[in-house]
Amino acid sequence: MKITQGQFSFLPDLNDEEIKKQIEYGLDQGWSIAVEHTDDPHPRNTYWSMWGTPMFDLRDPAGVMMELNACRKEFPNDYIKVLAFDSNKGFETIRMSFMVQRPADEPGFELVRSEGPGRTVHYTLRSYATGRPPGGRYSPAAAP
Amino acid sequence: MSAAMETAEGRVDLGKLYAESNIGETIDQLESDLVGLLPVKTRIREIAALLLVESARRGLGIQAEPPSLHMSFTGNPGTGKTTVARRMADVLHRLKYIRRNHVVTVSRDDLVGQYIGHTAPKTKDILKKAMGGVLFIDEAYYLYRPENERDYGQEAIEILLQVMEDNRDDLVVILAGYKDRMDTFFRSNPGMASRIAHHIDFPDYSADELFRIAEMMTTTMHYRFDEAGQAVMREYIALRMQQPRFSNARSIRNGIDRARLRQANRLFAGRGELLDRAALETITAEDIRVSRVFTQQ
Repeated sequence: MKITQGQFSFLPDLNDEEIKKQIEYGLDQGWSIAVEHTDDPHPRNTYWSMWGTPMFDLRDPAGVMMELNACRKEFPNDYIKVLAFDSNKGFETIRMSFMVQRPADEPGFELVRSEGPGRTVHYTLRSYATGRPPGGRYSPAAAP
Repeated sequence: MSAAMETAEGRVDLGKLYAESNIGETIDQLESDLVGLLPVKTRIREIAALLLVESARRGLGIQAEPPSLHMSFTGNPGTGKTTVARRMADVLHRLKYIRRNHVVTVSRDDLVGQYIGHTAPKTKDILKKAMGGVLFIDEAYYLYRPENERDYGQEAIEILLQVMEDNRDDLVVILAGYKDRMDTFFRSNPGMASRIAHHIDFPDYSADELFRIAEMMTTTMHYRFDEAGQAVMREYIALRMQQPRFSNARSIRNGIDRARLRQANRLFAGRGELLDRAALETITAEDIRVSRVFTQQ
Protein backbone atom coordinates (compact mmCIF):
# COMPACT_ATOMS: atom_id res chain seq x y z
CA MET A 1 0.00 0.00 0.00
CA LYS A 2 1.55 3.26 -1.13
CA ILE A 3 1.61 5.82 1.64
CA THR A 4 0.41 9.24 0.55
CA GLN A 5 1.74 12.07 2.63
CA GLY A 6 2.81 15.61 1.79
CA GLN A 7 2.95 17.12 -1.66
CA PHE A 8 2.96 15.13 -4.90
CA SER A 9 2.23 11.89 -3.10
CA PHE A 10 -0.63 10.97 -5.43
CA LEU A 11 1.76 11.29 -8.37
CA PRO A 12 4.29 8.69 -9.37
CA ASP A 13 7.43 9.00 -7.25
CA LEU A 14 9.61 11.97 -8.21
CA ASN A 15 12.92 11.22 -9.87
CA ASP A 16 16.12 13.04 -8.88
CA GLU A 17 15.75 15.63 -11.60
CA GLU A 18 12.24 16.51 -10.44
CA ILE A 19 13.33 16.56 -6.80
CA LYS A 20 16.11 19.00 -7.71
CA LYS A 21 13.63 21.28 -9.43
CA GLN A 22 11.33 21.32 -6.41
CA ILE A 23 14.25 22.08 -4.10
CA GLU A 24 15.39 24.82 -6.43
CA TYR A 25 11.93 26.38 -6.24
CA GLY A 26 12.14 26.32 -2.44
CA LEU A 27 15.61 27.84 -2.42
CA ASP A 28 14.51 30.56 -4.83
CA GLN A 29 11.80 31.50 -2.33
CA GLY A 30 14.50 31.86 0.32
CA TRP A 31 13.42 28.83 2.33
CA SER A 32 15.73 26.50 4.22
CA ILE A 33 15.72 22.88 3.19
CA ALA A 34 15.83 19.94 5.57
CA VAL A 35 15.89 16.17 5.13
CA GLU A 36 14.03 13.84 7.50
CA HIS A 37 13.49 10.10 7.63
CA THR A 38 11.44 7.54 9.54
CA ASP A 39 10.43 3.92 9.49
CA ASP A 40 7.07 4.47 11.18
CA PRO A 41 4.54 5.14 8.42
CA HIS A 42 1.60 6.01 10.68
CA PRO A 43 -0.15 9.11 9.29
CA ARG A 44 -0.15 10.75 12.72
CA ASN A 45 3.59 10.25 13.13
CA THR A 46 4.69 13.87 12.77
CA TYR A 47 8.04 13.43 14.47
CA TRP A 48 10.39 12.14 11.84
CA SER A 49 14.12 11.93 12.59
CA MET A 50 16.17 14.82 11.25
CA TRP A 51 19.03 14.02 8.93
CA GLY A 52 21.43 16.68 10.13
CA THR A 53 20.29 20.18 10.78
CA PRO A 54 18.18 22.21 8.33
CA MET A 55 20.44 23.66 5.65
CA PHE A 56 20.58 27.42 5.78
CA ASP A 57 22.28 29.73 3.26
CA LEU A 58 22.22 27.22 0.43
CA ARG A 59 22.04 28.52 -3.12
CA ASP A 60 21.85 25.40 -5.20
CA PRO A 61 20.01 22.06 -4.91
CA ALA A 62 23.26 20.12 -5.41
CA GLY A 63 24.08 20.62 -1.72
CA VAL A 64 20.74 19.17 -0.64
CA MET A 65 21.14 16.25 -3.04
CA MET A 66 24.48 15.49 -1.40
CA GLU A 67 22.79 15.17 1.99
CA LEU A 68 19.80 13.34 0.56
CA ASN A 69 22.02 10.75 -1.09
CA ALA A 70 23.97 10.30 2.13
CA CYS A 71 20.68 9.72 3.96
CA ARG A 72 19.51 7.24 1.31
CA LYS A 73 22.75 5.35 1.65
CA GLU A 74 22.40 5.16 5.42
CA PHE A 75 18.69 4.31 5.44
CA PRO A 76 17.91 2.57 2.15
CA ASN A 77 14.63 1.18 3.52
CA ASP A 78 13.22 4.23 5.28
CA TYR A 79 10.74 6.85 4.25
CA ILE A 80 12.64 10.06 3.50
CA LYS A 81 11.09 13.47 2.97
CA VAL A 82 12.41 16.89 2.01
CA LEU A 83 11.04 19.93 3.82
CA ALA A 84 11.33 23.63 3.15
CA PHE A 85 11.12 25.97 6.11
CA ASP A 86 10.06 29.58 5.65
CA SER A 87 11.54 31.79 8.35
CA ASN A 88 9.66 34.92 7.32
CA LYS A 89 7.60 36.55 10.01
CA GLY A 90 4.01 35.49 9.71
CA PHE A 91 4.94 32.08 8.35
CA GLU A 92 7.79 30.66 10.41
CA THR A 93 6.70 27.22 9.37
CA ILE A 94 7.15 24.44 6.85
CA ARG A 95 6.03 25.54 3.39
CA MET A 96 6.90 22.44 1.41
CA SER A 97 7.13 18.80 2.32
CA PHE A 98 7.35 15.85 -0.01
CA MET A 99 8.52 12.26 0.12
CA VAL A 100 11.60 11.35 -1.86
CA GLN A 101 12.07 7.74 -0.85
CA ARG A 102 9.85 4.94 0.36
CA PRO A 103 10.53 1.30 1.21
CA ALA A 104 10.25 -1.15 -1.65
CA ASP A 105 7.53 -3.06 0.12
CA GLU A 106 4.91 -1.22 2.16
CA PRO A 107 2.73 -3.75 3.95
CA GLY A 108 -0.08 -1.33 4.81
CA PHE A 109 -2.28 -0.97 7.88
CA GLU A 110 -4.37 -3.15 10.06
CA LEU A 111 -7.69 -1.86 11.38
CA VAL A 112 -7.63 -2.60 15.10
CA ARG A 113 -10.94 -2.75 16.97
CA SER A 114 -11.05 -2.50 20.71
CA GLU A 115 -14.28 -3.23 22.47
CA GLY A 116 -15.26 -0.92 25.32
CA PRO A 117 -18.08 -0.90 27.82
CA GLY A 118 -21.60 -1.12 26.42
CA ARG A 119 -20.48 -2.75 23.17
CA THR A 120 -18.76 0.51 22.02
CA VAL A 121 -15.99 -0.13 19.53
CA HIS A 122 -12.90 2.04 19.15
CA TYR A 123 -11.09 1.82 15.88
CA THR A 124 -7.44 2.53 15.30
CA LEU A 125 -4.84 1.97 12.62
CA ARG A 126 -1.69 0.01 13.14
CA SER A 127 0.98 -0.44 10.52
CA TYR A 128 1.99 -4.02 9.87
CA ALA A 129 5.55 -2.77 9.62
CA THR A 130 5.66 -1.42 13.18
CA GLY A 131 5.15 -4.91 14.54
CA ARG A 132 8.89 -5.27 14.35
CA PRO A 133 11.28 -3.09 16.34
CA PRO A 134 12.68 0.09 14.79
CA GLY A 135 15.62 -0.41 12.47
CA GLY A 136 14.41 -3.78 11.13
CA ARG A 137 10.95 -2.81 9.94
CA TYR A 138 11.61 -2.73 6.25
CA SER A 139 14.96 -4.42 5.81
CA PRO A 140 14.63 -7.54 3.65
CA ALA A 141 16.44 -9.67 6.23
CA ALA A 142 13.71 -9.09 8.77
CA ALA A 143 10.88 -9.99 6.42
CA PRO A 144 8.75 -12.89 7.69
CA MET B 1 20.15 24.33 -25.92
CA SER B 2 19.68 27.65 -27.59
CA ALA B 3 18.34 28.21 -31.06
CA ALA B 4 21.70 29.24 -32.49
CA MET B 5 22.95 25.68 -32.32
CA GLU B 6 20.09 24.03 -34.12
CA THR B 7 21.16 24.17 -37.71
CA ALA B 8 19.91 21.81 -40.33
CA GLU B 9 23.28 20.84 -41.74
CA GLY B 10 24.65 20.21 -38.27
CA ARG B 11 26.87 23.23 -38.14
CA VAL B 12 27.35 25.73 -35.37
CA ASP B 13 28.04 29.40 -35.53
CA LEU B 14 30.56 30.20 -32.82
CA GLY B 15 30.20 33.90 -33.48
CA LYS B 16 26.50 33.72 -32.79
CA LEU B 17 27.08 31.67 -29.66
CA TYR B 18 29.62 34.22 -28.52
CA ALA B 19 27.20 37.08 -29.06
CA GLU B 20 24.41 35.20 -27.31
CA SER B 21 26.42 34.48 -24.19
CA ASN B 22 27.27 38.17 -23.65
CA ILE B 23 30.70 36.94 -22.73
CA GLY B 24 32.34 39.62 -24.85
CA GLU B 25 30.85 42.26 -22.60
CA THR B 26 32.23 40.60 -19.48
CA ILE B 27 35.67 40.25 -21.00
CA ASP B 28 35.70 43.85 -22.18
CA GLN B 29 34.74 44.96 -18.72
CA LEU B 30 37.50 42.82 -17.27
CA GLU B 31 39.88 44.46 -19.69
CA SER B 32 38.91 47.96 -18.66
CA ASP B 33 38.48 47.36 -14.92
CA LEU B 34 41.61 45.37 -14.29
CA VAL B 35 44.92 47.05 -14.99
CA GLY B 36 47.76 44.84 -16.21
CA LEU B 37 47.44 41.14 -15.29
CA LEU B 38 48.10 40.02 -18.85
CA PRO B 39 48.61 36.29 -18.13
CA VAL B 40 45.38 36.26 -16.13
CA LYS B 41 43.36 37.89 -18.87
CA THR B 42 44.85 35.57 -21.47
CA ARG B 43 43.89 32.55 -19.43
CA ILE B 44 40.37 33.79 -18.86
CA ARG B 45 39.98 34.32 -22.59
CA GLU B 46 41.27 30.81 -23.22
CA ILE B 47 38.84 29.33 -20.74
CA ALA B 48 36.00 31.30 -22.29
CA ALA B 49 36.93 29.91 -25.72
CA LEU B 50 37.12 26.39 -24.34
CA LEU B 51 33.68 26.63 -22.77
CA LEU B 52 32.19 28.17 -25.88
CA VAL B 53 33.52 25.36 -28.06
CA GLU B 54 32.38 22.87 -25.45
CA SER B 55 28.81 24.15 -25.60
CA ALA B 56 28.96 24.09 -29.40
CA ARG B 57 30.06 20.47 -29.25
CA ARG B 58 27.26 19.65 -26.88
CA GLY B 59 24.88 21.36 -29.28
CA LEU B 60 25.88 18.89 -31.96
CA GLY B 61 25.54 15.99 -29.58
CA ILE B 62 29.24 15.31 -29.04
CA GLN B 63 29.47 13.88 -25.57
CA ALA B 64 32.43 14.57 -23.33
CA GLU B 65 33.10 14.95 -19.66
CA PRO B 66 32.80 18.60 -18.69
CA PRO B 67 36.26 20.15 -18.51
CA SER B 68 37.67 20.52 -15.02
CA LEU B 69 37.94 24.17 -14.11
CA HIS B 70 39.39 24.12 -10.63
CA MET B 71 42.01 26.83 -10.43
CA SER B 72 44.84 28.04 -8.33
CA PHE B 73 45.73 31.72 -8.16
CA THR B 74 49.21 32.49 -6.96
CA GLY B 75 50.77 35.88 -6.55
CA ASN B 76 51.99 38.47 -4.12
CA PRO B 77 49.63 40.34 -1.82
CA GLY B 78 47.38 42.88 -3.50
CA THR B 79 47.74 41.55 -7.04
CA GLY B 80 44.00 41.13 -7.47
CA LYS B 81 43.43 37.44 -6.77
CA THR B 82 40.16 37.94 -4.90
CA THR B 83 38.88 40.47 -7.42
CA VAL B 84 39.55 38.10 -10.29
CA ALA B 85 37.89 35.20 -8.44
CA ARG B 86 34.71 37.26 -8.20
CA ARG B 87 34.92 38.07 -11.90
CA MET B 88 35.57 34.44 -12.70
CA ALA B 89 32.21 33.47 -11.20
CA ASP B 90 30.58 35.99 -13.52
CA VAL B 91 32.42 34.66 -16.58
CA LEU B 92 31.67 31.03 -15.78
CA HIS B 93 28.06 31.84 -15.07
CA ARG B 94 27.60 33.58 -18.39
CA LEU B 95 29.12 30.60 -20.13
CA LYS B 96 26.63 28.43 -18.23
CA TYR B 97 29.40 26.38 -16.67
CA ILE B 98 28.14 27.15 -13.17
CA ARG B 99 24.47 27.50 -12.37
CA ARG B 100 24.63 30.35 -9.88
CA ASN B 101 26.61 33.53 -10.03
CA HIS B 102 27.95 33.41 -6.52
CA VAL B 103 31.29 33.12 -4.77
CA VAL B 104 31.72 31.72 -1.29
CA THR B 105 34.97 33.04 0.16
CA VAL B 106 36.47 30.99 2.97
CA SER B 107 39.75 30.55 4.77
CA ARG B 108 41.15 27.85 6.99
CA ASP B 109 38.97 28.78 9.96
CA ASP B 110 35.78 28.11 8.01
CA LEU B 111 36.84 24.66 6.93
CA VAL B 112 38.89 23.17 9.73
CA GLY B 113 37.36 22.26 13.08
CA GLN B 114 38.83 22.40 16.54
CA TYR B 115 38.36 18.85 17.70
CA ILE B 116 38.00 15.35 16.30
CA GLY B 117 34.89 14.94 14.17
CA HIS B 118 34.32 18.67 13.87
CA THR B 119 36.10 19.19 10.57
CA ALA B 120 34.09 16.98 8.22
CA PRO B 121 30.66 18.52 8.93
CA LYS B 122 32.15 22.00 8.84
CA THR B 123 33.85 21.48 5.49
CA LYS B 124 30.76 19.78 4.05
CA ASP B 125 28.58 22.66 5.21
CA ILE B 126 30.75 25.14 3.34
CA LEU B 127 30.82 22.93 0.28
CA LYS B 128 27.04 22.69 0.30
CA LYS B 129 26.77 26.45 0.49
CA ALA B 130 29.14 26.89 -2.42
CA MET B 131 27.40 24.30 -4.62
CA GLY B 132 26.40 25.64 -7.99
CA GLY B 133 28.95 28.42 -7.80
CA VAL B 134 32.56 29.15 -6.95
CA LEU B 135 34.33 28.23 -3.72
CA PHE B 136 37.24 30.60 -3.17
CA ILE B 137 39.74 29.44 -0.57
CA ASP B 138 42.00 32.29 0.40
CA GLU B 139 45.43 31.52 1.83
CA ALA B 140 44.82 27.87 0.98
CA TYR B 141 48.28 26.77 2.11
CA TYR B 142 47.20 27.21 5.73
CA LEU B 143 45.05 24.11 5.29
CA TYR B 144 48.16 21.99 5.44
CA ARG B 145 50.33 22.26 8.53
CA PRO B 146 53.19 19.81 8.21
CA GLU B 147 54.62 20.72 11.61
CA ASN B 148 51.60 19.22 13.36
CA GLU B 149 50.75 15.73 12.20
CA ARG B 150 47.50 15.72 14.12
CA ASP B 151 46.28 18.87 12.44
CA TYR B 152 42.75 18.52 11.08
CA GLY B 153 43.59 20.45 7.93
CA GLN B 154 44.45 17.23 6.16
CA GLU B 155 40.92 15.97 6.75
CA ALA B 156 39.47 19.10 5.17
CA ILE B 157 41.78 18.65 2.17
CA GLU B 158 40.63 15.06 1.71
CA ILE B 159 36.94 15.99 1.75
CA LEU B 160 37.67 18.86 -0.61
CA LEU B 161 39.48 16.53 -3.01
CA GLN B 162 36.63 14.07 -3.02
CA VAL B 163 34.01 16.72 -3.75
CA MET B 164 36.23 18.34 -6.39
CA GLU B 165 36.30 15.00 -8.15
CA ASP B 166 32.70 13.81 -7.61
CA ASN B 167 30.81 17.08 -8.00
CA ARG B 168 32.86 18.51 -10.81
CA ASP B 169 29.85 19.98 -12.57
CA ASP B 170 28.38 21.47 -9.38
CA LEU B 171 31.29 23.44 -8.09
CA VAL B 172 34.45 25.28 -9.11
CA VAL B 173 37.15 25.49 -6.47
CA ILE B 174 39.67 28.32 -6.63
CA LEU B 175 42.66 28.20 -4.30
CA ALA B 176 44.66 31.33 -3.74
CA GLY B 177 47.83 32.20 -1.93
CA TYR B 178 51.36 33.48 -2.12
CA LYS B 179 53.45 31.75 -4.73
CA ASP B 180 56.19 30.13 -2.67
CA ARG B 181 53.86 28.85 0.03
CA MET B 182 51.37 27.49 -2.51
CA ASP B 183 54.22 25.65 -4.21
CA THR B 184 55.07 23.95 -0.93
CA PHE B 185 51.41 23.20 -0.41
CA PHE B 186 51.06 21.53 -3.81
CA ARG B 187 54.32 19.62 -3.35
CA SER B 188 53.00 18.05 -0.16
CA ASN B 189 49.51 17.46 -1.61
CA PRO B 190 50.11 15.98 -5.06
CA GLY B 191 46.46 14.91 -5.23
CA MET B 192 45.43 18.55 -4.99
CA ALA B 193 47.95 19.70 -7.60
CA SER B 194 46.82 17.11 -10.12
CA ARG B 195 43.15 17.95 -9.73
CA ILE B 196 43.72 21.58 -10.54
CA ALA B 197 43.92 22.19 -14.24
CA HIS B 198 44.63 25.89 -14.22
CA HIS B 199 47.52 27.36 -12.31
CA ILE B 200 47.46 31.09 -12.86
CA ASP B 201 50.26 33.30 -11.67
CA PHE B 202 49.47 36.91 -10.87
CA PRO B 203 52.45 39.15 -11.70
CA ASP B 204 53.39 42.20 -9.65
CA TYR B 205 52.26 45.52 -11.03
CA SER B 206 54.68 47.96 -12.60
CA ALA B 207 54.84 51.55 -11.35
CA ASP B 208 52.79 52.73 -14.33
CA GLU B 209 50.11 50.15 -13.73
CA LEU B 210 49.96 51.10 -10.07
CA PHE B 211 49.45 54.72 -11.00
CA ARG B 212 46.60 53.75 -13.30
CA ILE B 213 45.11 51.72 -10.47
CA ALA B 214 45.43 54.72 -8.16
CA GLU B 215 43.63 56.88 -10.70
CA MET B 216 40.84 54.34 -11.08
CA MET B 217 40.46 54.06 -7.32
CA THR B 218 40.19 57.80 -6.85
CA THR B 219 37.72 58.09 -9.72
CA THR B 220 35.40 55.49 -8.28
CA MET B 221 35.55 57.31 -4.92
CA HIS B 222 34.88 60.62 -6.71
CA TYR B 223 38.23 62.13 -5.93
CA ARG B 224 40.94 63.26 -8.29
CA PHE B 225 44.55 64.35 -8.11
CA ASP B 226 45.44 67.83 -9.27
CA GLU B 227 48.41 68.14 -11.61
CA ALA B 228 51.03 68.46 -8.89
CA GLY B 229 49.24 65.72 -6.99
CA GLN B 230 49.65 63.35 -9.91
CA ALA B 231 53.39 63.88 -10.04
CA VAL B 232 53.75 63.38 -6.31
CA MET B 233 51.60 60.26 -6.49
CA ARG B 234 53.98 58.81 -9.09
CA GLU B 235 56.89 59.62 -6.82
CA TYR B 236 55.04 58.11 -3.88
CA ILE B 237 54.45 54.87 -5.79
CA ALA B 238 58.10 54.61 -6.86
CA LEU B 239 59.26 55.07 -3.27
CA ARG B 240 56.62 52.82 -1.74
CA MET B 241 57.59 49.99 -4.09
CA GLN B 242 61.11 49.98 -2.63
CA GLN B 243 59.93 49.79 0.94
CA PRO B 244 59.21 46.67 2.96
CA ARG B 245 55.72 45.17 3.25
CA PHE B 246 54.73 46.56 -0.10
CA SER B 247 51.54 44.84 -1.20
CA ASN B 248 50.77 46.20 -4.65
CA ALA B 249 47.28 47.59 -5.14
CA ARG B 250 46.44 47.22 -1.46
CA SER B 251 49.29 49.54 -0.46
CA ILE B 252 48.08 52.04 -3.01
CA ARG B 253 44.57 51.89 -1.63
CA ASN B 254 45.86 52.44 1.88
CA GLY B 255 47.95 55.34 0.63
CA ILE B 256 44.91 56.92 -0.98
CA ASP B 257 42.83 56.37 2.14
CA ARG B 258 45.42 58.22 4.19
CA ALA B 259 45.59 60.99 1.61
CA ARG B 260 41.82 61.36 1.94
CA LEU B 261 42.24 61.65 5.67
CA ARG B 262 44.82 64.40 5.29
CA GLN B 263 42.74 66.16 2.67
CA ALA B 264 39.79 66.18 5.06
CA ASN B 265 41.99 67.53 7.84
CA ARG B 266 43.41 70.24 5.61
CA LEU B 267 39.95 71.35 4.56
CA PHE B 268 38.74 71.26 8.13
CA ALA B 269 41.70 73.26 9.41
CA GLY B 270 40.98 75.97 6.83
CA ARG B 271 37.29 76.18 7.69
CA GLY B 272 35.65 79.54 7.52
CA GLU B 273 35.88 79.87 3.78
CA LEU B 274 33.27 78.24 1.58
CA LEU B 275 34.28 75.12 -0.35
CA ASP B 276 33.13 74.21 -3.82
CA ARG B 277 32.73 70.77 -5.27
CA ALA B 278 36.18 70.80 -6.83
CA ALA B 279 37.86 71.54 -3.51
CA LEU B 280 36.07 68.63 -1.88
CA GLU B 281 37.07 66.31 -4.67
CA THR B 282 40.69 67.27 -5.16
CA ILE B 283 43.65 65.60 -3.51
CA THR B 284 46.59 67.96 -3.80
CA ALA B 285 50.34 67.38 -3.71
CA GLU B 286 50.65 68.35 -0.07
CA ASP B 287 48.11 65.69 0.98
CA ILE B 288 50.43 63.04 -0.37
CA ARG B 289 53.72 64.74 0.31
CA VAL B 290 53.31 64.53 4.11
CA SER B 291 53.29 60.76 3.90
CA ARG B 292 55.77 58.80 5.94
CA VAL B 293 56.91 57.17 2.72
CA PHE B 294 58.81 60.33 1.78
CA THR B 295 60.63 60.70 5.07
CA GLN B 296 61.39 57.08 5.84
CA GLN B 297 64.49 55.96 3.95
